[in-house]
Amino acid sequence: MLLTARGIRKSFGDNEVLRSIDLEVRRGEVVVLIGPSGSGKTTVLRSLNGLETPDGGTIEFAGGPMLDFAKPISKAQRFALRDRSAMVFQQHNLFPHMTVIENVIEGPLRVQRVPKAQAIAEASALLDRVGLAEKRDAYPFELSGGQQQRVGIVRALALKPQLLLFDEPTSALDPELVGEVLQVIKELADERWTMVVVTHELTFARQAADEVLFMDGGVVVERGAPKQIFTNPTQERTRRFLDRILRPLD
Amino acid sequence: MSGWQLFLDSFWPLVVGAVTGTIPLALASFAIGLVLALGVALLRLSKNRVLSGIARFYISVIRGTPLLVQLFVIFYGLPSLGLVIDPWPSAIIAFSLNVGGYGAEVIRAAILSVPKGQWEAGYTIGMSNGMTLRRLILPQAARVSVPPLSNTFISLVKDTSLASLILVTELFRVAQEIAAFSQEFMLLYLEAALIYWIICIVLAGGQGMLEKRLDRYVAT
Repeated sequence: MLLTARGIRKSFGDNEVLRSIDLEVRRGEVVVLIGPSGSGKTTVLRSLNGLETPDGGTIEFAGGPMLDFAKPISKAQRFALRDRSAMVFQQHNLFPHMTVIENVIEGPLRVQRVPKAQAIAEASALLDRVGLAEKRDAYPFELSGGQQQRVGIVRALALKPQLLLFDEPTSALDPELVGEVLQVIKELADERWTMVVVTHELTFARQAADEVLFMDGGVVVERGAPKQIFTNPTQERTRRFLDRILRPLD
Repeated sequence: MSGWQLFLDSFWPLVVGAVTGTIPLALASFAIGLVLALGVALLRLSKNRVLSGIARFYISVIRGTPLLVQLFVIFYGLPSLGLVIDPWPSAIIAFSLNVGGYGAEVIRAAILSVPKGQWEAGYTIGMSNGMTLRRLILPQAARVSVPPLSNTFISLVKDTSLASLILVTELFRVAQEIAAFSQEFMLLYLEAALIYWIICIVLAGGQGMLEKRLDRYVAT
């Protein structure tokens, strides 16, 4: 078990976004969170790397101390949590004033203190993998949305994290660019990268996920293997959600 | 002496006044003021209420009082407290503090204009707040801040004329002296205005070049 989250609660003012969330991620597995907007799935994801600090609950990474959010969390603890994972954002959030290769080596070089030559070599290999080798000296604005997001993925991979977090990686892309990004993510899944993915792409979830969690109103309504969730959901809310997405015009 | 002759004869002394007074005064004050502005901007952005309060107070005083008054407080006022500062240092101190106040708001706005996602991306690749600010935020904020800070600098060049009132020899004071001597007030003051204008046109050109350079990573 790489990551265990129990009883995660989070409110923003009066809005109780997460009521009590349990989540387990095994090494080499892909956990996909689906659900309507406002269900809290992005907040769960952002709690896993400290971008959001829950009001209650615990998170434990394999080989690390358990973080109990009922007590105040120090910066060092947040950073320790953060350093285990890398995130890919919906809005890619590439650094516009740096070239593609500079974006990718920024973390390894400046934070992880990897020697420059090594960082560049590893970054080049990763860019080559996703088919962006010839874009290494381009600036983000020169790339298409799908290319930018692939750079975003490479930037996360370059950190050699134990866990990859994807926050709706394709939601901001034009439909025809979604495929190239999902392809990369699927390949990473096949390589047994440990991932938590928040997405609306249900076909991807079906193909790549080891476990699917359907969230609604701040709770996990249903969880299980993708086959079970998509073909035989046990909860009515799950059924209605899947219906709305898969057959929107009925 | 004909007007044209006076114009030509005065030109060199005025330029000397600009080059040995106006420009060094503006450059030194702006350089110091910018560093101060960055510090004040960061204090203003701090979550610590005492620190941001100090910054807000400072900005309020600078923006709320005339530059001339600030200058006189330092040069004419401080001696009564036992602190006598020479004209040049007084001018630089006053102008620097002034740039610090106005510049702080420009820098704060520029920092706030950088999307929150950049902070989050910096966080997720393992950076501290300080490193994120240095490596990611400030470079992007710098581009946004060039037009308003150029404004501040160009204004400062003209504000240096106030230093003439505390006995600093710069362009305007030279013009005053020659005008008083020759009684050709219109001619000399227009000539001074012309030189200020030329300096500012050059500075505006420099601003354009800087903006173009910083635009290289922005979609057209």
